[in-house]
Amino acid sequence: MSLHSTQTLAYDVERIRQDFPILGVRPHGKPLAYLDNAATTQKPRCVLDAMTHYYTHLHSNVHRGVHYLSEQATAAYEHARDIVASFIGARRREEIIFTRGTTESINLVAASWGGAFLRPGDEILLTVFEHHSNIVPWQLVAQRTGAQLRVVPIEQDGSFSVDRALEAITERTRIVALAHVSNVLGIVVPVAPIIEHAHRVGAVVLLDGAQAVAHLDVDVAELDCDFYAFSSHKVYGPTGIGVLYGKAEFLERMPPYHGGGDMIRRVTFERTTYNDLPYKFEAGTPPIAEAVGLGRALEYVDSIGRAAIAAWEEHLVASCIEQLVQIDGVRLLGPERGRAAVVAFSVEGVHPHDIATFLDREGIAIRAGHHCAQPLMDFFGIPASSRISVAMYSTEEEIERAATALRKCITVFRL
Amino acid sequence: MELSDELRQLYQEVILDHHRAPRNYGNLEPHTHQAEGYNPLCGDQIELFLRVNDAGIIEDVRFTGQGCAISRASASLMTEALKGKSLAEAHALFERFHRAVTTEPTAPVDADSLGKLVVLLGVREFPTRIKCATLPWHTLEQALAGGGTTTTE
Repeated sequence: MSLHSTQTLAYDVERIRQDFPILGVRPHGKPLAYLDNAATTQKPRCVLDAMTHYYTHLHSNVHRGVHYLSEQATAAYEHARDIVASFIGARRREEIIFTRGTTESINLVAASWGGAFLRPGDEILLTVFEHHSNIVPWQLVAQRTGAQLRVVPIEQDGSFSVDRALEAITERTRIVALAHVSNVLGIVVPVAPIIEHAHRVGAVVLLDGAQAVAHLDVDVAELDCDFYAFSSHKVYGPTGIGVLYGKAEFLERMPPYHGGGDMIRRVTFERTTYNDLPYKFEAGTPPIAEAVGLGRALEYVDSIGRAAIAAWEEHLVASCIEQLVQIDGVRLLGPERGRAAVVAFSVEGVHPHDIATFLDREGIAIRAGHHCAQPLMDFFGIPASSRISVAMYSTEEEIERAATALRKCITVFRL
Repeated sequence: MELSDELRQLYQEVILDHHRAPRNYGNLEPHTHQAEGYNPLCGDQIELFLRVNDAGIIEDVRFTGQGCAISRASASLMTEALKGKSLAEAHALFERFHRAVTTEPTAPVDADSLGKLVVLLGVREFPTRIKCATLPWHTLEQALAGGGTTTTE
């Protein structure tokens, strides 16, 4: 624990905040407290600069031209792939596919891998806390292939029992698709035993890392997951781009997802031969500037240090939970410990929408709604909830402002 | 922490009162008209029941459901305003209300034509919340048109 406190002390959040120009915005004349980072994170200046630099000096189409700019653009795009591979511990750069985001990454695996390998009676195992983007693609492919969806529940108190997941993995399980970090419960799912057990029965594992990569030190080789999906915009990069990591042995056997330019080697009207990995899965002109921005964002994260960021966020989340549970009528969704960056809660007698409006007028941005996890809201018997989520630039003062505004809001609505 | 003027306008005492103690809350049996309204964005959900007599007059109206203070107060105030009105008058009131809440915040409104519903005009300062106020009213239109489910997003 001494390491933890040393890191917290050394963490200069004010200096980090200087790197994020948008934090100077004053909503309704109040200082911004941006606590909706699970929805999307803000961008450091170096990311904005990298993208502007790319468009100002390097832009052309990639993998096509023989001219100077095309070479520059291709080099910048492929360099970004190297940064991503290194950031998440992929052993081979061709295992990194650029997509539009987590949603497209999961759809790619569901449609391509699922469409090719799922058979009637096969089971797709999910958890009750999956985001809609890790539910609906599997429903679509289940309808097409006759495979069945099975859902691992959580405990009444909102905690997750690994044993229940292990029990649900059977000889019929073909794929386990689960969140690495829940976007509502905030729990860091203990994925290691699940992956190990899934592999023992011959199932593959996809991790939805949308809420994980900005907060944990993700190493896909160490995890030994077969697929890993995440979005750039939730890890300080631009919108419009995301990543699918897949083990080459799977990607090579999977059919293309989209057809078009760049993903082919030779096209005739009779027959097309496909390009090698990763290009087989990158049809059309990719988001080049966005890839450059993402690469810069990941370098920025590592320049601050992932362990230091995680320790800081853990400290903020603990402080947030400590303040929230003291407020009468507040119900925390999920356990108090073992969380990353996300704190969702409901308040007796006050609707999340009213809370979010109330806090917004104080300059405090939080999320209200079902968080694209309606099955989980149904499990808790609530239509929606409020969510505070922190990032590397969040401060204790922001958490305190949110707690103070929440107390005031409850007083107004309950009088 | 003081409330801003806009928040005060949005959450007037009348609205908070109807939110805490909604009028005409519950099922209505028998009823002649029924519809469900749903706002998938925030999960607000309302079920509306009306009993209309042979002369086309709304004899009774009730609602159930869960929602934010605005949608709940709007539903409660709506049920009060509808009782004793003809179907034509109810539809005309929907149109007046809908027009009023979707105007610019500073646009003048004929307050007399809205009665107690004027307290809901504070939502004009909150574009994301206008749908909360109009959900019960769209549900009313759905019920009068023959029922079913209506959604606002």
